[in-house]
Amino acid sequence: MADVIKCATRDAYGNALKALGQRDDILVLDADLAKATKTGVFKKEYPDKFIDCGIAESNMMGVAAGLATTGYTVFASSFAMFSAGRAFEQVRNSIAYPNLNVKIGATHAGISVGEDGASHQCCEDIALMRVIPNMTIINPADDVEAYQAVLAAADHDGPVYMRFGRLAVPRVNAEDYKFELGKGVTLRDGKDVTIVATGLLVSEALAAAEALKEEGIDARVINIHTIKPIDKEILIKAAKETGAIVTAEEHSVIGGLGGAVAEVLSEACPVPVLRLGVEDTFGRSGPAVKLLHLFGLDAEHIAEKAKKAVALK
Amino acid sequence: MDTKTKLELQKIAVKIRKGVIEGTGHAKSGHPGGSLSIADIVAYLYFHEMNVDPQNPKWADRDRFVLSKGHTAPALYAALALKGYFPWEHIATLRQPDSILQGHPSMKYTPGVDMSTGSLGQGISTAVGMALGAKLQGKAFRVYSPLGDGEIEEGQVWEAAMLAGNRKLDNLVAIVDWNNLQIDGSLDEVNSPCPIDKKFEAFGWNVITIDGHDFDQIDDAFTAAKECKGKPTCIIAKTIKGKGVSFMEDKCEWHGSAPNVEQYEQAMAELDAALAGLEA
Repeated sequence: MADVIKCATRDAYGNALKALGQRDDILVLDADLAKATKTGVFKKEYPDKFIDCGIAESNMMGVAAGLATTGYTVFASSFAMFSAGRAFEQVRNSIAYPNLNVKIGATHAGISVGEDGASHQCCEDIALMRVIPNMTIINPADDVEAYQAVLAAADHDGPVYMRFGRLAVPRVNAEDYKFELGKGVTLRDGKDVTIVATGLLVSEALAAAEALKEEGIDARVINIHTIKPIDKEILIKAAKETGAIVTAEEHSVIGGLGGAVAEVLSEACPVPVLRLGVEDTFGRSGPAVKLLHLFGLDAEHIAEKAKKAVALK
Repeated sequence: MDTKTKLELQKIAVKIRKGVIEGTGHAKSGHPGGSLSIADIVAYLYFHEMNVDPQNPKWADRDRFVLSKGHTAPALYAALALKGYFPWEHIATLRQPDSILQGHPSMKYTPGVDMSTGSLGQGISTAVGMALGAKLQGKAFRVYSPLGDGEIEEGQVWEAAMLAGNRKLDNLVAIVDWNNLQIDGSLDEVNSPCPIDKKFEAFGWNVITIDGHDFDQIDDAFTAAKECKGKPTCIIAKTIKGKGVSFMEDKCEWHGSAPNVEQYEQAMAELDAALAGLEA
């Protein structure tokens, strides 16, 4: 698989911001992490439209809100832990409650942060952002999707939480891919079970479907890049047609994609929904790829879950 | 400040205080103490200092008012009603489900509210964002943000103060309503942020301490703030919690409780007498 292009979604974030820099209304804020979040790419090109707020994420979110009231479309960036975690209440009260045009670029989400360990491995952000009214949440699968998601977020009226990763991940979308906010994408058709994946587990879900084929199981794969508002239609259709669902995400099994899918299907079309994600535990230090395997976030574990889901039908 | 202007502002301040009592009295909840202590400054800002247009509340070049001490919304609502943003009749609907007047200020419901606030420490950050927005766009509008003296115990206030100082936001004025009382007791009994002046100075601010009920001093302070270049200004206003209603003055328990019917009548009688005195 030497020809598979690998790129971190945070890189696409920086590049997309740079492309957006031509717009007069765009401002980018960071909290002393511009090199890591890749907002530095924007800063280099548009230093006058970049504001480093220092290591003070709570204040940064409020400043972003204030700037938005003066007509700007503001991108505020930090790691997921500090954007959704530390600044949760500022995001809720100063940004989402007044429904302001602030886009949160949260990088270094999930276990794949790697060596920095549990203090920086945010596996709770989707759950935290999902309960806030007015919030849109995007978790792109690869750099192609991430780039377009940033442009879509800039055009969307209201707050958006964008979740990006540190690790270079395989590209699953073609160059001519068209991102549509709120619309799930069926990447592979199947009739026995549906794997609903998000973020870096989309490529693993595709590999799992390939492995399941060898065992005679025909798995559908759906990429849910927009976790809120979630594409109910594509989920209900998959539940009706395949009768079993597995969700896969690099996030806690509590409150993230798995929770969102279970909420939709338990009310609209109850079928077995098995959730794969980080179990109710903190992460730890280590090389990202090793950690993903250690925490069961890979094709092998997804395939195993899929077989269990099929058995429950 | 000339006598006539001062007298007008004094009357408006009493009317604002009447609005505070009317609102919290009807709601049977709310925060009269801090609303009464900031009333003179709110009167000055809306009726003398700020460039606003009640007919066009979202006018892009207007001065901004961010009530970081959002629980004192009754004072803001009374000022907005007096200024003509909405009819005075709304004041008595404060905190009711169908009211445009939420318990804490909300941009969504109330014309003239420039930022939704109430969670302490957050308003000042948004005010910094607005002031920064004015600078980036080369606009002349100014931003005014009252904070509670207890509120500045929040760490976020100092994150905001640091950025405002470093960015030299001389179009920003924070007002600390220094009434010395917070919910659990006096500043000293709880966790005193004093010396307030030294702290803001250390963060690169121009600091002016005044009597927050004296319109001459208020006028001088806001005029000096406008003249100060390269620094945001913090006006530390020494005030009396519950000011204008005798039994509420300097009493911690009036932070967050509303007057009952008898207390309402007495408070209104005192304020009516004060107004009659000014109009005589």
